[in-house]
Amino acid sequence: MSAMPKWADLVLIPLISLSLAALLSALVILGIGEDPVAAVRMMVTGALGSTYAWGYTLYYATNFIFTGLAVSVAFHARLFNIGGEGQATLGGLGVALVCLALPWPHWALALPAAALGAALFGAAWAAIPAWLQARRGSHIVITTIMFNFIAASLLNYLLVNVLRPVGSMDPSTARFADGTHLPTLHDLLAPFGIAFSKAAPANISFLLALAASVAVWLLIWRSRLGYEIRALGHSEPAAIYAGIRPVRTVMWAMLISGALAGLMAVNTVMGEAERLVLNSVEGAGFIGIAVALMGRNHPVGVFLAAILFGFLYQGGAELALWTDIPRELIVVIQALVILFTGALDNMVRMPLERLFLALQKGPA
Amino acid sequence: MAGAADAGAVATSAPAIELRSISKAFGPVRANRDISLVVRRGTIHGIVGENGAGKSTLMSILYGFYKADAGEILIGGRPVQIGDSHDAIRAGIGMVFQHFKLVEPFTVLENVILGTEDGALLKPSLAKARGTLRQLAADYELEVDPDARIEDLGVGMRQRVEILKALYRQADILILDEPTGVLTPAEADHLFRILENLKSQGKTIILITHKLREIMAATDTVSVMRRGEMTATLRTADTSPAELAELMVGRKVLLRIDKSPARPGRTVLEIEKLCVTDAQGIARLSDVSLSVRAGEILGLAGVAGNGQSHLLEVLGGMRPATGHVRIDGKELDLSGPGCDGRSRRAAGIAHVPEDRQREGLIMPFHAWEDSVFGYHTDPALQSAPGLMDNARIRSHAEDQMARFDVRPPNPDLAAQSFSGGNQQKLVLAREIERNPDLLLVGQPTRGVDIGAIEFIHRRILELRDAGKAVLLVSVELDEILGLSDRIAVMCGGRIMGERLTSETDETELGLMMAGMKGKAA
Repeated sequence: MSAMPKWADLVLIPLISLSLAALLSALVILGIGEDPVAAVRMMVTGALGSTYAWGYTLYYATNFIFTGLAVSVAFHARLFNIGGEGQATLGGLGVALVCLALPWPHWALALPAAALGAALFGAAWAAIPAWLQARRGSHIVITTIMFNFIAASLLNYLLVNVLRPVGSMDPSTARFADGTHLPTLHDLLAPFGIAFSKAAPANISFLLALAASVAVWLLIWRSRLGYEIRALGHSEPAAIYAGIRPVRTVMWAMLISGALAGLMAVNTVMGEAERLVLNSVEGAGFIGIAVALMGRNHPVGVFLAAILFGFLYQGGAELALWTDIPRELIVVIQALVILFTGALDNMVRMPLERLFLALQKGPA
Repeated sequence: MAGAADAGAVATSAPAIELRSISKAFGPVRANRDISLVVRRGTIHGIVGENGAGKSTLMSILYGFYKADAGEILIGGRPVQIGDSHDAIRAGIGMVFQHFKLVEPFTVLENVILGTEDGALLKPSLAKARGTLRQLAADYELEVDPDARIEDLGVGMRQRVEILKALYRQADILILDEPTGVLTPAEADHLFRILENLKSQGKTIILITHKLREIMAATDTVSVMRRGEMTATLRTADTSPAELAELMVGRKVLLRIDKSPARPGRTVLEIEKLCVTDAQGIARLSDVSLSVRAGEILGLAGVAGNGQSHLLEVLGGMRPATGHVRIDGKELDLSGPGCDGRSRRAAGIAHVPEDRQREGLIMPFHAWEDSVFGYHTDPALQSAPGLMDNARIRSHAEDQMARFDVRPPNPDLAAQSFSGGNQQKLVLAREIERNPDLLLVGQPTRGVDIGAIEFIHRRILELRDAGKAVLLVSVELDEILGLSDRIAVMCGGRIMGERLTSETDETELGLMMAGMKGKAA
């Protein structure tokens, strides 16, 4: 048994890690001759200071919730799904094909269909690496990374050669019909008398992401499949002993993971761009890894971490826009957060565990 | 008997090891409390104690894995600080772990020099080691082919390599942790001869073991640990297994197993011409035929690695095979889609696997989650299709843990935070309470303390007396002899013969285990 109480593990360690990352970031900003306090103020205002700011933060957070959940589900089966990027790319293709296929009369019909398309395409893209891992033992980290590149190339080809409307110079699909337009948070909150920014891209997909979080929680901690996924993740010999089929379980875990990554496209492609463009994923697949890592693969943690990264993403963009702090530095700050909350977790954890041990020994 | 050598005669100089008031706590758990110990030079000193008594912690402190909270270590009369294993080696302490620390694809020679290479080039070190090894082999009966790859060596040989590694590093004090767990009786005898040799050359040996017989046979002095304390240090010649057992658990224990005669009924398990070939194309089981009847325990004796594990895995649905297996006359699917743990459980087979930590339990799971492991597909445990009824499972687990005296009886603890014996009780409770027709039990008491051994044996016997068939695999011959009604002996993947327990003894079984065909029964 660990000597540390659960709250310390869940709250204290991430907080300390974050503070360290913030401190180091402040030093870097000082180092290039800018004012860190002003920078923080700028980020907070830019990401949380208005409903417009919140609208962007939540829009990015929606992406990160989906990709973070995707990484978490796979990780419970001890599969490191690095392919969120590619799965989300294909998810976008699924959304676009559904939206362009029919003259959708209303978003309430288009949304479930597009979500299904996104999930199916994302899952299908994860299925091949999953099968290669389960059957042939090809390492999933390698195959999913390669599938990211294949996905990017495939989309490039399709947009340039197949899906581009005749006469258009732009490698993107035609605009989706108005019937597929998803309600934004402005539309959703207006009936309750809450005035939310009209211009911000946050939309109903955020609620879909919340629903996905609850569904993942049910899956992992309440369902039979989740039990089997976790058992397999902890010990394959034990899973075989218990009659759990590793191939089947790996396939399910990866299909669900791919589907969650694919669902991200509902937010970006359908909710924001309303057409499929190149590189609509913008690295959210990779940020999902950091989000899952920081969120301890738990939906609640993933949700909170996704909000944090949404804040960093939006706040960083504001910083780059209004100050002389270069955009690259925003990436440095994000990298520091990832470094401290993920990779350097033990650096904080071990001294803290010793501290708690010492505290317990004192009274005993 | 080794104890006959007078331990006092060589103890003129300072003791090899002296521990003064060593204490070590892990959080609220006080693993070592005020332990003092004197081990004299040129003796074999045994340390016995139940699981969790603190033996391993003490040895880990001595070898530099843990730092003691308080206390002093003196080697050869001088106080030393042992901060890590390098310090330990420098102080002349060598350790042979229960789980060998060898690089399997490397040769013996390469393993021996690993970490002590003299320079960037290996050749001079290898040449030097070859000479030293030849000398050591001559001195201590430690012959090993220096160019053999570890992966090609048996466990007995691997252990010798571990001992050679320690001696090559000029260890004067050798600590062996459960050294005979994986050895045949003959290999164990050879090991004890080697230890005697080492002793006669002035080396000091600390032997940690569960097996009181070995303590009696091999040591000069013995220390008993209980719940983190050193309860006694005795001259082996002046004590008895019964006294040691009592000191270990703090009460008298039954070392013999009381049981009524078996009343075998119908044949439950029938195995016919079972064959298993592993991925490397090596035959692991060859034409194995056996049967187990209701109300009897069939013990499967044999040195570890002679096919018993494979047989259990085939019966448990973990490994495909060819041949026939019938349960109550119904044929099992040995290689098709019905060859998995789930369909075996449906056929009435429960399985306590040999390695509870690797197979029988998911160690980070809560005890309650583990309490249905393998049976988690049971519709009675689902609140809706596909959803587990966690509240119900948890309350079942709580009752189960109470009935099987699992300590602490807290279903919310992770399986890994229970001691070995209590982990085994968790597995046993899960399998026995399913009321199977056939119970497969592998190494039921490996690494389990004496109090729990008694309990586990009694539960297995109760199942037999309830008219169930039991197939028992154990490397402990005492356990096989104590529990089984009939004994089959395996060697090299074949059944060497079957005996009624009442009509055989350790010597005959030992010969059969070594591959000599038993006389026709």
